Amino acid sequence: MSRAIALIDGNSFYCSCERVFDPKLARVPVIVLSNNDGCAIARTAEAKALGIKMGDPFFKIREQCRRDGVRVFSSNYTLYGDMSARTNAVYRDFTPRVEIYSIDESFLDLSDVHPDLRIELARDLRATVRAWTGIPTCVGIGATKTLAKLANHIAKTQPELDGVCDLTDPVAYDHWLCRIAAAEVWGIGRASAAKIEAMGVDTVADLRDLDPRPVRKAMTVVGERIIHELRGLSCLPLELVPAQRKGCAVTRSFSRRVEDRGTVEQAVAAHATRLGEKLRREGLGTDHVTVFYHTSTHDRGDPMRSVSTTVTLPEATNDSLVLIRAAQLGVARTWREAPGDRPWRYSKAGVITTDLMPLAASPRALIGRLDREHSGPLMAAMDACNGRFGRGTVVPARAGLTERRTWSTKFEMRSPRYTTQVTELPTARA
Amino acid sequence: MSPYIVRELIPGHSDAVRIPIMGQALCAGFPSPADDFLEGALELPRWLAPNPPATFAWNISGDSMRAAGIFDRDLAVVDRSLKPGNGSVVVAAIDGEMSVKRLRIEGNVARLAFENPDLPAFAVEEAAEGEIWGVVRFSIRWHIARAGLVR
Repeated sequence: MSRAIALIDGNSFYCSCERVFDPKLARVPVIVLSNNDGCAIARTAEAKALGIKMGDPFFKIREQCRRDGVRVFSSNYTLYGDMSARTNAVYRDFTPRVEIYSIDESFLDLSDVHPDLRIELARDLRATVRAWTGIPTCVGIGATKTLAKLANHIAKTQPELDGVCDLTDPVAYDHWLCRIAAAEVWGIGRASAAKIEAMGVDTVADLRDLDPRPVRKAMTVVGERIIHELRGLSCLPLELVPAQRKGCAVTRSFSRRVEDRGTVEQAVAAHATRLGEKLRREGLGTDHVTVFYHTSTHDRGDPMRSVSTTVTLPEATNDSLVLIRAAQLGVARTWREAPGDRPWRYSKAGVITTDLMPLAASPRALIGRLDREHSGPLMAAMDACNGRFGRGTVVPARAGLTERRTWSTKFEMRSPRYTTQVTELPTARA
Repeated sequence: MSPYIVRELIPGHSDAVRIPIMGQALCAGFPSPADDFLEGALELPRWLAPNPPATFAWNISGDSMRAAGIFDRDLAVVDRSLKPGNGSVVVAAIDGEMSVKRLRIEGNVARLAFENPDLPAFAVEEAAEGEIWGVVRFSIRWHIARAGLVR
């Protein structure tokens, strides 16, 4: 049977998560802001109709939101992550072959489903996700990932389709490809759109019918791959098992400008702690840590400084305490007191590693060997406490108590963590 | 449901399930912005929560469901995969408020009833807007004075 891949995604996912638990949000404009309440990153249809754009800075639309009754939320990633896990659990009830592509999009392999039954299955899936989790979704089906993504776009934008579009149906394929602009195709950015327009491409069908070889010259192998995918030749397989992580970064903007060394040291220690957790979860280790911190280009007229340094360890580790020492050594090496009376006002700090390796298989050092025998159980105990009693229950002292960190990312308009915190459950009147 | 459903085998403990499942969804495409915020989910034994992705916990506030055995400050566990029928205790959104009611279906009329003889039932259509959010599978009450919810 022919290959069929479905792309299912949540409609205005973050906003939909908020709506599940608060009936007052039905049919009113809702937006969700990015970290530190910076920009609009999710908008309901009502908010889009008011002209609020993706990425609009909040300070620019604050007045409009007040005037038009837009409900504004900080990102509640705990809630969105939990709701995402729920939707994916429902998808897995329908097929075990699921690739979680992002927090709100998953690819499903429907190749084993008879072509005549795919639409019906997609409608059933949509209805089940809506009933069980409250999240509205759209489903696009195609012979390749690129076509599934295109079908999903069509399902979202054509109300008469009722949220499902199947491009593995040859009639639908012929119908839609000559009606949708080529710029809507996955992977066609603004620069590529201009190039293909110059080649006389208007619709998706025009793009599909280009000779792939000249396209490779103009748009690299990526452009050529898009054409093959639009023709139904799969170039992007489903990644059912995520590839092993090659690098890992923990970087954060401060909620305010930071001038003192103690705060920068505490921040990089907190980031190194988080880095250790992430590496331990996947059994990986690293033998170097890159530390950076810098001022903001938005602070025009202020003195600018950007620092980055790499600290090398004797052997690979994922021990948070070792990573903290490395990160703080990076700050110690690079810290300068500002000349004159205008201090550097730092806006962001982070720790980055590359070339991660499985810790169990990494070579041991001859000199300066770390004490894995003791650190392993200690880290396991810390992770177990934080897993059971909540993130930040046990932290290394250098990283500071979570609630006392004055520099942490702000989420001032965050809704309750309705599904994971017993103290924040929603309330029903009886 | 469709004939394609394959019941998921949830790895890990057999005696407790997390609602829905302990996070850590590794994304193939974009790293999840939720990754740094995932935390332990609420734990319930599998025999109480047979369908974790559809199971949610609600605090109850008020005494209108006394006769159904649901009291102020109880905890209601709602399973959205259960189909509401006559006699179901449901969480419903009525005029923008979430409330717990008994669903009564007589002929073509669905009513959301208080379980308190002093209060009248009202039909779903009588409310400006009424939508059933989920069916209460069971409720929990604390028999210790001022017991708080603790993890």
